[in-house]
Amino acid sequence: MTTGQAVTGSKIRWSAINLIVVFFAITPVLWIVSLSLKQPSTFTDGSFIPRKITFDNYLGIFRTGGFARPLLNSIGIGLISTAIAIVLGVFAAYAIARLNFPGRRVMLGASLLIAMFPQVSLVTPLFQIERSLHLFNTWPGLILPYVTFTLPLTIYTLSAFFREIPWELEKAAKMDGATPFQAFRHVIVPLAVPGVVTATILAFIQCWNDFLFAIALTSSDSARTAPAAISFFTGASQFEDPTGSIAAAAVVITIPIVIFVLVFQSRIVSGLTSGAVKG
Amino acid sequence: MSRHVREEPTTDGMRAEHRLGLLLCAPAAAVMLVVAGWPIIYSFLLSFQRYDLRFPQARGWIGLDNYATVLTNHYWWVAFGVTVLIMVVSVAIELVLGMALAVVMHRTLVARGLLRTAVLIPYGIVSVVAAYGWKYAWTPGTGWLAGFLPENSAPLTQQIPALGIIVLAEVWKTTPFMALLLLAGLALIPDELHRAAEMDGASRWQRFIHITLPLMKPAILVALLFRALDAFRIYDNIYVLTNGAQSTASVSITTYHNLIGGLNLGIGSTLAVLIFLTVALIAFIFIKVFGASSPGTAPGADPKERR
Repeated sequence: MTTGQAVTGSKIRWSAINLIVVFFAITPVLWIVSLSLKQPSTFTDGSFIPRKITFDNYLGIFRTGGFARPLLNSIGIGLISTAIAIVLGVFAAYAIARLNFPGRRVMLGASLLIAMFPQVSLVTPLFQIERSLHLFNTWPGLILPYVTFTLPLTIYTLSAFFREIPWELEKAAKMDGATPFQAFRHVIVPLAVPGVVTATILAFIQCWNDFLFAIALTSSDSARTAPAAISFFTGASQFEDPTGSIAAAAVVITIPIVIFVLVFQSRIVSGLTSGAVKG
Repeated sequence: MSRHVREEPTTDGMRAEHRLGLLLCAPAAAVMLVVAGWPIIYSFLLSFQRYDLRFPQARGWIGLDNYATVLTNHYWWVAFGVTVLIMVVSVAIELVLGMALAVVMHRTLVARGLLRTAVLIPYGIVSVVAAYGWKYAWTPGTGWLAGFLPENSAPLTQQIPALGIIVLAEVWKTTPFMALLLLAGLALIPDELHRAAEMDGASRWQRFIHITLPLMKPAILVALLFRALDAFRIYDNIYVLTNGAQSTASVSITTYHNLIGGLNLGIGSTLAVLIFLTVALIAFIFIKVFGASSPGTAPGADPKERR
């Protein structure tokens, strides 16, 4: 056998293996998409592919199902929490990566502790604290725990990235006559942006995904996020099967995730592994 | 620059550096203290009190009574056993599948980007969404997977099959994360080692056992620690799939039911503290017994050592 054939052979083998992996990864997602496109009368046919495609389930959740408000809550709370966590995280991560000061290890240790902390242990005390502060069932009531639980991830990811930045370049630029601001703006910022983008995506995905805080700390659509709202779907009327609405809403909140993954695949991979492995 | 050991600030420059460092960390530290630190202390305090929101006037300090109530309660131990079972089984499966997936992603000759994109979908997808997907897939009459089962079986209504589906949903969602952590460890192993062993006549399997695994031990331990602690908190999947029916409740589900259904803050806080202590114990075992290095203590993590 020539090397050419051997390479073709192993390429075919790898393609087959890859195909199995991709199949396992996306089949459950395709199933929800299929379910969301089915007509209510065909839900019980058990078929993987819808016989007749309809978009009524999507129209339904926005017209009568009241999904628009939870979706807005999810987007707003997710964006605000992410923005706050990134700003605070950038400060802390810069200090941890670049400066020598007493509290460094304590800060990293505390972040790790919170990252691993069982969220459910905070639900009972937070429920009580937020009720007495009138934060229960409000946007800030969810933003606070979201910021707290995304901060550790943000600090770890960003400090790992910041450590890799060749900061000497800044000094070099200053020697070449750049002002400190110019050196920062034209040398350091472009190098730091990829890390910040990565941390932003990971933090947003984490907020977007949360379910436990969202159902425990809300009681109505005024702050309930989309994943929590889905679990309360009962169908347009009490006697209607909510399967189609749940599937359609599930697909809607999956779309941003799929877009992130498609666009930022390599950054998400490096972000996920940088914090954990490089420490 | 010389490596300086920790010393008292002697120069103005160092003092300024200390101050700036603390100042930059202060906002993040304040948020974590107020939103996580204070509730943790508060739940310790509540766990020593009788405090039922339905009978607020009966509130009072009762010492360890709540702990006695919970630790002698059948449901707590069932939930504890179920949680540990789910954690051990799903993390064990994830380790094997994740390792296989990491090797595939590391060595594949074609479509590397596509593969990584595909496996990130389970990682990124909202867990409630995935859980509904699995729920409907196994619902008799509706699901494409239920069709493969014998007539009249409803797996989500029996304990063992339901736990199996919960583990399946958990494994599907989190194996990619495990695989990515292992992949990063795999990428650190120099190719020369494998080539040298290959020349000495070591088979592929022997090389995996004697070279890959020992060198990956730190990465494996960190991945196991992360996933074990995460699996112990399992909540979303169970909430959607069974909501704890047929003795499939995890400790997180039990705590939530106690809070929202029972409104008993004393017992709820006791549950919270017990879960927290268990998680701390798991982390302690990993770090002290297996020697997992906690992230942040790895060499190179310290700017003092790098400068």
